[in-house]
Amino acid sequence: MADVNNLEAVQENKEKSFDIKDFLINNMVTILFMILCIAGVYFSKLPMFFIVNEIMTRLTRNSFLVLALIIPVLAGMGLNFSITIGAMAAQISIIAVTHWQVQGIWGFLLCAVLTVPIAMLFGNLVGRLLNKTKGQEMIASMIAGFFANGLYQFLFLFLVGKIIPVNNPVLILDNGVGVRNTVDLSRNNGIKYVLDNIWKVPIFHFVIFTGLLIIAYGLYRMYRESKSKATKVSKAKYIIISIVGLVILAFGIVVNSSNELSQTLKMISNLKLSAGTGLVVLALCLFNVLIVKTKLGQDFRTVGQSKHIASVSGINVNKVRVIAITISTVLAGLGQLIFLQNIGTLNTYGSHVQIATFAIAAILVGGASVSKATIGQALLGVLLFHTLFIVSPKAAKELFGDAQIGEFFRSFLAYGVIGVSLGLHAWKKTLKAMRK
Amino acid sequence: MLQKYALEMKNIDKEYFGNKVLKGVDLKVKPGEIHALLGENGAGKSTLMNILFGMPVIHSTGGFSGEVSMDGKKIEIKSPDEAMEKGIGMVHQEFMLVPGFTIAENIKLNREVLKYNPISNAFKKDSLRFLDYKKMNKDARKALDTLGIDIDEWVKVAGLPVGYMQFVEIAREIDKSNVKVLVFDEPTAVLTESEAKTLIKAMKKLAQSGIAILFITHRLDEVMDAADNITILRDGELVATRKKEETNVLEIAELMVGRKVEVTNKAKKEEQESQETIISIKNLNVDMPGEEVKGINLDIKKGEILGIGGLAGQGKIGIANGLMGLYKTTGDIEFKGEKLKLNDTRSVLNKGLAFVSEDRKGVGLLLDSSIQQNIVITAMQIKESFLKKYGIFSQLDKKGIVNHAVSMIKKLDIRCTGPLQATRRLSGGNQQKVCIARALTLEPEVLLVSEPTRGIDIGAKKLVLDLLVQLNDELGMTVVITSSELAELRSISDRIAIIAEGKVEGILKPDASDADFGLMMAGEYNKLRGKEAI
Amino acid sequence: MTESIKTITKKVGLPRLIISSFFVFLIIASIGLGLPLDRTLTNIIRRFGMFGVLVLAMVPAIQCGIGPNFALPLGIICGILGEIISIEFGFVGFTAFIVAILISIPFATIIGVGYGNLLNKIKGSEMLVAAYAALSVVYFMCIMWVTLPFKHPQMIWPIGKGLRVTIALEAFFGYVLNDFADFSIAGVHIPTGLLMFFLLCCFVVWLYTRSKTGMAMKAAGDNPKFALASGINVDRSRIIGTTLSTILGAVGIIVYHQSYGYIQLYDAPQYMGFATVAAVLIGGATARKAKISHVLLGVLLFQGLLAVALPVANEVVKGSNLAEVLRMVIQNGIILYALTQVVGGE
Repeated sequence: MADVNNLEAVQENKEKSFDIKDFLINNMVTILFMILCIAGVYFSKLPMFFIVNEIMTRLTRNSFLVLALIIPVLAGMGLNFSITIGAMAAQISIIAVTHWQVQGIWGFLLCAVLTVPIAMLFGNLVGRLLNKTKGQEMIASMIAGFFANGLYQFLFLFLVGKIIPVNNPVLILDNGVGVRNTVDLSRNNGIKYVLDNIWKVPIFHFVIFTGLLIIAYGLYRMYRESKSKATKVSKAKYIIISIVGLVILAFGIVVNSSNELSQTLKMISNLKLSAGTGLVVLALCLFNVLIVKTKLGQDFRTVGQSKHIASVSGINVNKVRVIAITISTVLAGLGQLIFLQNIGTLNTYGSHVQIATFAIAAILVGGASVSKATIGQALLGVLLFHTLFIVSPKAAKELFGDAQIGEFFRSFLAYGVIGVSLGLHAWKKTLKAMRK
Repeated sequence: MLQKYALEMKNIDKEYFGNKVLKGVDLKVKPGEIHALLGENGAGKSTLMNILFGMPVIHSTGGFSGEVSMDGKKIEIKSPDEAMEKGIGMVHQEFMLVPGFTIAENIKLNREVLKYNPISNAFKKDSLRFLDYKKMNKDARKALDTLGIDIDEWVKVAGLPVGYMQFVEIAREIDKSNVKVLVFDEPTAVLTESEAKTLIKAMKKLAQSGIAILFITHRLDEVMDAADNITILRDGELVATRKKEETNVLEIAELMVGRKVEVTNKAKKEEQESQETIISIKNLNVDMPGEEVKGINLDIKKGEILGIGGLAGQGKIGIANGLMGLYKTTGDIEFKGEKLKLNDTRSVLNKGLAFVSEDRKGVGLLLDSSIQQNIVITAMQIKESFLKKYGIFSQLDKKGIVNHAVSMIKKLDIRCTGPLQATRRLSGGNQQKVCIARALTLEPEVLLVSEPTRGIDIGAKKLVLDLLVQLNDELGMTVVITSSELAELRSISDRIAIIAEGKVEGILKPDASDADFGLMMAGEYNKLRGKEAI
Repeated sequence: MTESIKTITKKVGLPRLIISSFFVFLIIASIGLGLPLDRTLTNIIRRFGMFGVLVLAMVPAIQCGIGPNFALPLGIICGILGEIISIEFGFVGFTAFIVAILISIPFATIIGVGYGNLLNKIKGSEMLVAAYAALSVVYFMCIMWVTLPFKHPQMIWPIGKGLRVTIALEAFFGYVLNDFADFSIAGVHIPTGLLMFFLLCCFVVWLYTRSKTGMAMKAAGDNPKFALASGINVDRSRIIGTTLSTILGAVGIIVYHQSYGYIQLYDAPQYMGFATVAAVLIGGATARKAKISHVLLGVLLFQGLLAVALPVANEVVKGSNLAEVLRMVIQNGIILYALTQVVGGE
């Protein structure tokens, strides 16, 4: 065949294309944040014990929300700024359940059961809206979030008490109209910590477990790759993954069994991880992996790559997009439940406002883009973004004598990361269009 | 012998808004036959195919009359899905491939092989079933083997050479288990010569397996190489059906073009052979997507009407767009002996060239602005006319604009409610006149007009063409008209350059023979006549 | 009958019809609730003049093709810089106002040109990137407000670091426009200077759109391909439009602050872009088309509505910020509506 040589050249090119410079440029944001985090941790002079504890809490608390972003990206709808609306669904259920005084884990489960249909309805509506604003999904979903926030406030400031009679002095403002600014979830056996407290595991047990998991994954992939005609690069990648797992495992075992630890490590080893929540997050990761392998997932991918080709080959593009947003909204709702059961107080008019910004900033920091997002990027992003969140006020206080600067700085970074990532993506798109 | 036809279309009629585009067309294809379908742009090939595939555009415009049958049985096809079910497949000219997917995934696009899992069983939802990659790969392999293509099915499509993408498209059609009729729509247009050869080999192999193949192309040598039978359409009518053995390239070319319009306006100035050259184009390359120009040499004489013709996609549209600097251009262009600055629209307009674009609504007009604004804006920007100057500040000269617009409306007979009407509300012909009026406002020496009659009705067509002749006669303006309609070029031009594959295939007088025009448009002229000349 | 209703709806646009009826309804409600009409009207007129120039900044942005300028906070920050530098130099009264504008214009020009260049690289995604670029710059400036070495005792915190969150303008240039040649009819206060200034700005922009560069800019925004074929430099036109919008944003915020009586620093500018975008859309503009009449009508409807809604809502539910809720719903609802009218890029 005339062009077989040509093809081989193409494949060869792909193998060679791994070089350091490209790697650095493509992961610029992530690397920058790593440096910032390390510097922040160093300058903040916060005790390691505190930082690790905070990171652990925030990882379990926020990961679910960030993971909810992945499916719309897959379906080519960009980053779903309207996860705020899913969070509103969760807060509506929480307020209802608090009013009914269903307690403990049952209260939490009832919240979940209520959240799902409400979020499905909201997601469906948002999906339809986004089908009318193709090409501008992200700004539309962002504005939709603001718009819904108005309606949400109307519901809880005015309708509750005025139209919907609720007689509950704990929830309702003194004049009988509107829900209070904060709803305490720890009182009366509320849902605070119910999920977190189901199963607590000492942190280094968790480290050992993670090590084992990573090794298992690496070996499994190596086994798979050895069966197909894999490239050297990917083999090396899985070998490295397995070795990393081994190191983690060894570290965990050493710390766990040794008695002669440094003071810091000893304190850290007393920390306990909320394994219940962790498992739920893990289940969502698994869900994200599995859904890609289904027919629905394939439809997401097809629509994501080209709406035109998808519709020509008979896929109902609009329906697939609505499903993607609906799933994302439902997941966001559940994510907000997990978030709030850990926080312990519902800020009726504020808890949901920033979650889209922070979740999206986090996933972008992890290296995701408008058109590609993976579970690994989501988790890494949460880790980096929240590390910076923890240390920046203290670091700024130490450096500039003003904690405020740190707070401004992290807001600046959150918005800046989103702006820069979206801008870069748009720029690449125009470059591509120009080359055509 | 009573052989059933795999596909038979009988006496097909189709109207678009009172405009007959197909008149009693017949088409018969036997199983295992490669049948070529030929015709100029607008001859009705794509409408016929749209009918075959039950495209919505047919049904939303009142359907068609006539009969379609497969294997002797009459059928009705109401949607592309139904066409697929009945075993009619199409290999698209533009690839319907998802670059990020593997070849196997592309072949199985939206026809993925699925397997059950507990959750999909619980919900009874097929969409939750897992993909069976192993089986998909196996099926894909089989289809690729049928074509004789040695390429791994798990390779991603992105980065494949174009020729392979074409094969993936074909493999997808073969993989649809029941395919009986396969349409190839200009499949070789994007291929290199060797790739095209491989493709034709594969087509023959497919035909041997009993599939009927409909081959739409304009490359006559490929037709002679591959086809068993040939059907030629012209202006929506069936001109001829020939067996390959009984015809030759020359006859086909002649049949395709035909004589439709008598040469009308051109009784003039036969003797002006040795005019001076106003624009000399050397080695022009224009990077216009879909209409690439690949090294054109052409001299435009002062005071002539030069027609530029050729089939769609061959590059004729690119020439004027390149001259005007609207797409990336390289080469040497001299205007009145001076070098013309390339890729600089402003300086070209300044020199005295004006352009009426083929894309009237996209490039030619500000649809929501008034007629007067459309007419004056280019002159205002280029020549600073219709402006009142106050130091560095300027204000538009309302009176001057209205006066000029009104006089243009009168002169070109633009039917409108007044100079303030938005151009969106005008008919196609009147919109075209506004575009011409804007070009004339620049008082150009050379007027470039692309597809001036596209999408406007017959009466308006004649008016526009007459206007061009009048400008040429009265003002001595050099006119370069690019058009897909050969007949209209032949009716007003002094000379006609035919473009094929991005190059000038040849320059003809309007009264040259149909066969010559046909051969040139197919890009066969030099191959054939060239040999004779030697 | 129904036909004529339909044509009216089509001509005026459904959103405008709903909003203006609601506006009228609220005015009637306010009278019904016994709220003094003269004060309501005074408020409406004051807010009309106060927000006008900010909304006017949308016109060149939309006309040049970058769409509604969600990055208006960039201009606003330039305006604030002009204000505080003017105060720092010790100017007071009308001079301070003029100096503030004069100082802010070069800032706004530099920022506008830079930002316009940026937007030319990301055609098609301007709105989203603009929104986030503006937000991050707002927070970057928050750091600056803390660290920049301003010394004027009435601007900085007496204890601690940096500029105050709000700076009272009473002693500097507060109300200089509002009180210029002002008068009252039947209890309604007419801030003549403010209105004149706004209309003057409108007039200047109107003159500009009728100049050669203005015409080129409009053509570039309306149909870039057409503009290209007419020898117009589309990218340059977009930069000019963006710069003009930024400058108007800077001037607009100075007018706003003098009328409000305070400079608001830190995160105050962050959502101002959205409100101004909503106003021009309510006036009848789309993401691709805007005229000065849209500005006038839009500011009147949107700000007027809010001016009336505030006391009415307070009357209905005491102490709630129902008016704020109303603002959110209307503001974002109209932007969403406008987005659905943009033909999706497939």
